[in-house]
Amino acid sequence: MTHSKPPLWRDHRFWQIIVQLAAVICAILIVVILGLNLNRNLQQLGIKFGFNFLQQEASFDIGETILSYQPTDTYTRALLVGLINSLRVAIAGIFLTTIVGITAGIARLSDNWLVRNISLVYVEIFRNTPLLLQLFFWYFAVFLSLPNVEHKASVLGLIKFSQNGIELLGLNFSPEFSTLLLGLTFYTASFIAEIVRGGIQSVAKGQWEAGRSLGLKPSLIMRLVVLPQALRVIVPPLTSQYLNLAKNSSLAIAIGYPDIYFVASTTFNQTGKAVEVMLLIMLTYLTFSLIISFLMNLLNHTVQIQEK
Amino acid sequence: MQEQTQIIVAENVHKWYGKFHVLKGVDLIVDRGEVVVLMGPSGSGKSTFIRTFNALEDYQEGSIRINGITLSNDLRNIELIRQEVGMVFQQFNLFPHLTILNNVTLAPIWVHKLSKIKAKELAMQLLERVGILEQANKYPGQLSGGQQQRVAIARALAMQPKIMLFDEPTSALDPEMVREVLDVMKNLAREGMTMVIVTHEVGFAREVADRVILMDSGSLVESATPELFFTAPKQERTRKFLSQIL
Ligand SMILES: Nc1ncnc2c1ncn2[C@@H]1O[C@H](COP(=O)(O)OP(=O)(O)OP(=O)(O)O)[C@@H](O)[C@H]1O
Ligand SMILES: [Mg+2]
Repeated sequence: MTHSKPPLWRDHRFWQIIVQLAAVICAILIVVILGLNLNRNLQQLGIKFGFNFLQQEASFDIGETILSYQPTDTYTRALLVGLINSLRVAIAGIFLTTIVGITAGIARLSDNWLVRNISLVYVEIFRNTPLLLQLFFWYFAVFLSLPNVEHKASVLGLIKFSQNGIELLGLNFSPEFSTLLLGLTFYTASFIAEIVRGGIQSVAKGQWEAGRSLGLKPSLIMRLVVLPQALRVIVPPLTSQYLNLAKNSSLAIAIGYPDIYFVASTTFNQTGKAVEVMLLIMLTYLTFSLIISFLMNLLNHTVQIQEK
Repeated sequence: MQEQTQIIVAENVHKWYGKFHVLKGVDLIVDRGEVVVLMGPSGSGKSTFIRTFNALEDYQEGSIRINGITLSNDLRNIELIRQEVGMVFQQFNLFPHLTILNNVTLAPIWVHKLSKIKAKELAMQLLERVGILEQANKYPGQLSGGQQQRVAIARALAMQPKIMLFDEPTSALDPEMVREVLDVMKNLAREGMTMVIVTHEVGFAREVADRVILMDSGSLVESATPELFFTAPKQERTRKFLSQIL
């Protein structure tokens, strides 16, 4: 039996398309109206919209640069330096927070009372206090109270701590970078720990029993059996934690680490180009977010696909 | 000499869950190659008891020796014993993220340190034995319940255990799949495997078991050959139980 085609106004796909079209038109209208409004206001104030200022000399110094940079360089160069500083802290942070988060999450389920409770206390403290406060803690209470360079504290000779920051295998990291990195890492990891714990607990008890009955050690069961399955639950919420970390890196300004937001603020202060600078910042963080989301979607796809 | 024939020796085993006395001084001796079927009402402690044999459950009093190794809190002994004892669960408990082949090779590779090639050879041999060879590269979720349980048997056998424990291996299966699993178990029994099986499959017990035991409220009530157990039970409790399941 074949169904006769329903008339257009009773076809739900037709209505779906109509609703979407309407939404798009509304969005465009709003942007156009806001744009016109903005343009009129700027004209009344006698400000010209444009990105020409980017070619002008920045004439401010940046404390920490990977690219060579001098105050005589352009704003473009300054913003690029800031962008790279942002990327540096965000990428290192995502890497470290994953390791710390997984470790803490597994520790939360340890058989060992002490390990379990140390992890619990860590998670509860870092999850429930503002990140800004934690950054101040790392900066003022940890780094600035460390011994000076001549008396640096050293862990196995590999990592050295001092007021000048962290020295790891010959690489030097400034106190500002180190503060931001550690702050973002431990703050975000406390959330990731809970996600990991939930993921591990979502794996059926029978999986552990099967592993044990085959003679596998608990650490192997975790690695070969439980974690791969837990990842399916862990990866989606992990994405939003990575996004948070990237966005929270803009708190760099509070401790004087020259990230993109910091450099952009200075640029705005000097040029008064509020709208342009804001657009640049928005664009930057949007790009960060889209890249993270894209990569995590790929990862998610490979984790989810395993079962079938 | 005794150790030669007696492969499981459980003496006066007691276990409590908090205040609840689950195992009340259970004694059981199983000989090499013997097939023992354990029956009893729900909650009587059958699962708990056989799970003490591979230390999935601990116990508070008494002693258990498996193939001459005493089960204590010594982790080394626990690992040794788990390599002697294979277990098949009601819910299969296959690893859903691994192919059938990798389910079977996982423990041989990581515990027995077999090379991947050797482990694969072994797995293929076992999968053929349980009739799942063609499915080797599929995932557990793509197999029927009966097929999954046969894979679970192959997975346990891959560790070349001396004893196989089965905890209601057919209870989660659709009726038409019970046969294929019981057939695999029958073959295993014929080949001389020592087996302790919790099941309510009376036909299977009569055909394959050397001994049928009734467990009730944490104690063993009656132990007899299937013939006597099903036709002339001594204990009133056994008669009552049989009247409920037959
Ligand atoms: N982890 C636990 N904590 C507390 N009580 C438990 C636990 N596991 C089992 N029990 C109790 O111990 C008793 C024996 O359980 P067990 O699973 O061994 O019974 P069983 O004979 O296998 O029953 P079934 O036929 O339902 O599988 C039951 O009353 C059960 O409720
Ligand atoms: Mg049971």
